[in-house]
Amino acid sequence: MAMDRRDFLKIAGLTALLGIGGKTGFELLAPGAAEAALKDIPLTAGKKWGMALDVLLLDEEVMDACVEACHNHNNVPHIGNPKEEIKWIWKETYDHAFPGQENEYLAEAFKKKNFLLLCNHCTNPPCCRVCPTKATWKREDGIVMMDMHRCIGCRFCMAACPYGARSFNWGDPRKAPKELNPDFPTNREFPMRSMGVVEKCTFCAERLAKGLFPACVEAAAKVKPNALIFGDLDDPQSEVRGALRKRYSIRRKPELGTGPNIFYMI
Amino acid sequence: MYDGGKIITGLVIGVGLLLFPVFYNAGKAAKAPERVLTEKAKAAQKCVEPISFMKTEHMKMLDEWRQQVVRDDVRYYKSTSGKEYYKGLQTTCLDCHSNKSKFCDQCHDYVGVDPYCWDCHIEPKENQ
Ligand code: HEC
Ligand code: HEC
Ligand code: HEC
Repeated sequence: MAMDRRDFLKIAGLTALLGIGGKTGFELLAPGAAEAALKDIPLTAGKKWGMALDVLLLDEEVMDACVEACHNHNNVPHIGNPKEEIKWIWKETYDHAFPGQENEYLAEAFKKKNFLLLCNHCTNPPCCRVCPTKATWKREDGIVMMDMHRCIGCRFCMAACPYGARSFNWGDPRKAPKELNPDFPTNREFPMRSMGVVEKCTFCAERLAKGLFPACVEAAAKVKPNALIFGDLDDPQSEVRGALRKRYSIRRKPELGTGPNIFYMI
Repeated sequence: MYDGGKIITGLVIGVGLLLFPVFYNAGKAAKAPERVLTEKAKAAQKCVEPISFMKTEHMKMLDEWRQQVVRDDVRYYKSTSGKEYYKGLQTTCLDCHSNKSKFCDQCHDYVGVDPYCWDCHIEPKENQ
């Protein structure tokens, strides 16, 4: 085909014009088309799972029951070495849980007391923003979820999380000390993790899908009803919202703007 | 040509060694392993989808399942036969195929694939 330089430039210019015009035209003609496509995902739309913990009811017995139930259900092994520890839910003292809010005249009861900590399933989760593979993301129902299949173990999320809610698998969980984990894996219906991935609380998403409460909530209810109240923060009629209306509550590091959804009723 | 004899003998031995595996394995094609079904699978008679589909597409299906379960929270699969299944690797596939080593592994060894799924997904206790 014979084409001189002038023809080539004309065609090239026209194509470029069409290209730009085409894109804006598409965007003007179909506003929100992309959003509409996303809405087909049948998540429990418009929900915002959260939890209220009654600090006055949470004694050591209840907290231990919660930790054990969670870790048994989710196949979280005891590593024995605090530096490589894996935890989805754990106990911590007031000054560690709420740094900056402690003072020397703190009520006696709070000075010695342990608090039950877990992932805050933040409204504005910094961990999801830094994840390069979208292995962790915010579901439409509020859960900050982990996709183990995508996790590459870069640990950016651990650096981003101000609550220490994420743990890295430094080794194969199967090789965790046998004497600490006599019957690991404790739940043969659920997978475990492998060396090199990050894990954390998922509000037991697979239990919620079956209409069951998270393992910790179920365990707490057996020992002390209403110590953990789980529910939809978006629904004014829900039990959590009822509890939060009645009692004063605090959250961990709210000043960071992450919007934690775990409330401690004191 | 210096040392012609030595070079030619060397060549013959070299080529012989090179071709040895071909002659050694001639007429002995590795036999495809015999499929073993559990009692449970036998009773069910059918897999999730027709067998011709399962043979060629099960890896794609599992990939779609994990995507849909973990990311979209869509946990039930409607088979073309109309039956519903929970989209679970451990809890569905290996419930019927609980003889993993004689079923999945045997065929995978034959075709030379080694899925890494079992790093996390728990294999059934095989003691039948
Ligand atoms: C309800 C029981 C049941 C479930 C659940 C099940 N299977 Fe099967 N599967 C069977 C039976 C029965 C056969 C043999 C069917 C036949 O011969 O027509 C089979 C055959 C197969 C085959 C073909 C094997 C061969 O060599 O011909 C593959 C591959 C397979 N299944 C994979 C899977 C995977 C992957 C899953 C999970 C997604 C799964 N199966 C779930 C019962 C089941
Ligand atoms: C009839 C033989 C056969 C049987 C039986 C079989 N597979 Fe496979 N499977 C294959 C082949 C062939 C491939 C890979 C082909 C490829 O690489 O594209 C494969 C690939 C896979 C993959 C993807 C691996 C990867 O690295 O991408 C998974 C996962 C898998 N199989 C799971 C299963 C499970 C679970 C079972 C038992 C319930 C099973 N397979 C039984 C033949 C089989
Ligand atoms: C790093 C650990 C890990 C690896 C490796 C892994 N998975 Fe998973 N998988 C999980 C976890 C954790 C879940 C979440 C279970 C849930 O929420 O119900 C899951 C869920 C799934 C599910 C849906 C629900 C279920 O319980 O089965 C499928 C299907 C699945 N994985 C398939 C695979 C396949 C196929 C492979 C290999 C190609 C694989 N996975 C490798 C950790 C892993």
